[in-house]
Amino acid sequence: MRLRFEKRVAPSQFMQVATPVASVLLTMVIGAILFEALGYDGPRAVKEIFLTPIIESYKWQDVATRAAPLILIGLGLSVGNRAKVWNIGAEGQYIIGALSGAGVAYGTQSAQGLWIIPLMILAGIVGGMAWAAIPALLKVRFQVNEILSSLMLTYVALQVLSYLITGPWKDPNGHNFPQTAPFTDAQLMPHTLFGTFIPPGLVVAFGLALVFWLVIAKTTFGYQIRVVGAAPQAARYGGFDAAQTVFLAMLIGGGTAGLAGIIEASSQSGQINLGFPSGYGFTAIIVSFLGRLHPVGVVIAGLLMAVSYVGGQVAQSAVHVPNATAGIFQATMLFLLLASDKLVRYRLRLVRAPAKPITAGASA
Amino acid sequence: MSIDFLISALVTIIGVSTPILLAATGELVVEKSGVLNLGVEGMMLIGAIAGFAVTNATFNPWAGLICAAAAGVLAASMFGVLVLTLGSNQVATGLALSIFGIGLSSLIGQAYEGTMNPPFGSIFPYELAHHPYGKVLFGHSPLVYFAFVMVFATSWFLNRTRAGLVLRAVGENDLSAHSIGYSVVGVRFAAIAFGGALAGLAGAYFSMVITPIWAQQLTAGRGWIALALVVFAGWRASRLIFGAYLFGFLMTLELYAKASGYHVMPSQFWASMPYLMAVVVLAVISARDRGGSYAPACLGRPFVPNG
Repeated sequence: MRLRFEKRVAPSQFMQVATPVASVLLTMVIGAILFEALGYDGPRAVKEIFLTPIIESYKWQDVATRAAPLILIGLGLSVGNRAKVWNIGAEGQYIIGALSGAGVAYGTQSAQGLWIIPLMILAGIVGGMAWAAIPALLKVRFQVNEILSSLMLTYVALQVLSYLITGPWKDPNGHNFPQTAPFTDAQLMPHTLFGTFIPPGLVVAFGLALVFWLVIAKTTFGYQIRVVGAAPQAARYGGFDAAQTVFLAMLIGGGTAGLAGIIEASSQSGQINLGFPSGYGFTAIIVSFLGRLHPVGVVIAGLLMAVSYVGGQVAQSAVHVPNATAGIFQATMLFLLLASDKLVRYRLRLVRAPAKPITAGASA
Repeated sequence: MSIDFLISALVTIIGVSTPILLAATGELVVEKSGVLNLGVEGMMLIGAIAGFAVTNATFNPWAGLICAAAAGVLAASMFGVLVLTLGSNQVATGLALSIFGIGLSSLIGQAYEGTMNPPFGSIFPYELAHHPYGKVLFGHSPLVYFAFVMVFATSWFLNRTRAGLVLRAVGENDLSAHSIGYSVVGVRFAAIAFGGALAGLAGAYFSMVITPIWAQQLTAGRGWIALALVVFAGWRASRLIFGAYLFGFLMTLELYAKASGYHVMPSQFWASMPYLMAVVVLAVISARDRGGSYAPACLGRPFVPNG
């Protein structure tokens, strides 16, 4: 008797949903054991990381604030991932988007009016798209691997940020700190909307999730994205331009990352400083996968990741584990999900092993 | 410019270049076998804390080095099982490994913050290692020489041995290699483990040689530079040394530009050069050679033997 993987005729719908849930639960168990083994209070650490942010209402704003950029970026990346375009430079596009918006802010310091924030948002989207257009163009024109080029450009973006806030855009009244001048009232979005705990970014993220869901499910473009990703040959027969699809998919990812960047800058940080790049662009890749590239899934996964971030901070003060340990949970979740992915496409079956002659040759 | 300054700059460059050279040599072999492991930064940090903790417990840096390499192999094996056995997405798995390594090293490293180990320097006699000129050749930790040896050994292995040929074949056309009877999964697993060992040692270089005091996330993103270096070298082992020292030179220039306050270009310009150059090289070699005999043809693609 032994276990064997058998390919399913169609991917299992049940497993599509069951595996992420199981991954999360199993992550908690593994996390508790790991922390216990390292001499911390394991069950308490897991409780602080996963439950406290959900139970304690004063943590909801933190969760919502962190979820907004993760969902926004995750939505855009899912479009690319569906088309099998691997944009892993969203962090850079997020930074450049925020900087583009901050550039508008820099130029409108003495201006007033309701047009400033929309212009900043537009600049943010365009900036993120432009940064994504570089690997997109290189990919379409020269078949340059977009994974490598988009990753490299993230580190260039970090240096651009560092240059601008220590050089030309440095706050003259900032006591020599590397940061831009604080945004003026005309450049700031509210932290939260109408006295609730909900930040503007989350509303945009939910709205965009709905739009993406409709586009992917109901439009020709959504179909095109899916076909190019699943079967490039068939896409060519169908008359879809693969290069154009790849290019658009990258730009959508860059656009949402840029949008997330400027919303974060204008509604939360209120200026750009060295602490602005916070790795959302990388975590959003996990969000996109954990959400099964589906807008609704991305929303749930984004909220979950935000919980683990906030929980990481809670655990830092409660159980004295370093903040970065939230990353262990995030990574473990993704590891388990990726590992269990095989169950979506294959079924595990107990089979009676046939008498198999043992050969010296390599067997696959 | 005095000779002393040149020598101290040279020593700095060697120190900066060695870990990225080590990690890039490992990653090159991994990528040559057709696998893209974006977990270099994570494996380096896991190696860094393993090397530090074991040295701290045993007072034996050699034990530390061995454990750093072993920890790197262990982390890489996790990646290998996911990617090769379970066919998971390489990009996502590699990124997860990096995030995991950062978290794990911070968690274990918390207890060691500010702890100091005896420095692990030159193994040559004191007179040679501290001679004003001799130190350029003899003043380094054994890992510096090891990095050089590994590059040449890797170049020889890939280009001159049968096993190296098989590894390249697996990276260029996994299905053909499989149909001739080579174990694609076995070759790739070995390559991934080798990459993990070198990444672990590269991490140990940070925690045992560059600074004897533990600090969280002390590799400071150099794992990503190692990835850029592989691209910059056009997947050729012999060019890694040139690239590593060019990148090391640029990073040293950045340090000096920051420290002196005198600069032709802002220090961020120099800091972003390795990445920009990698993108340019990537574009040039991809344009010159469509389909690419430089980048392994199967890079990043999962191996699915029968449909």
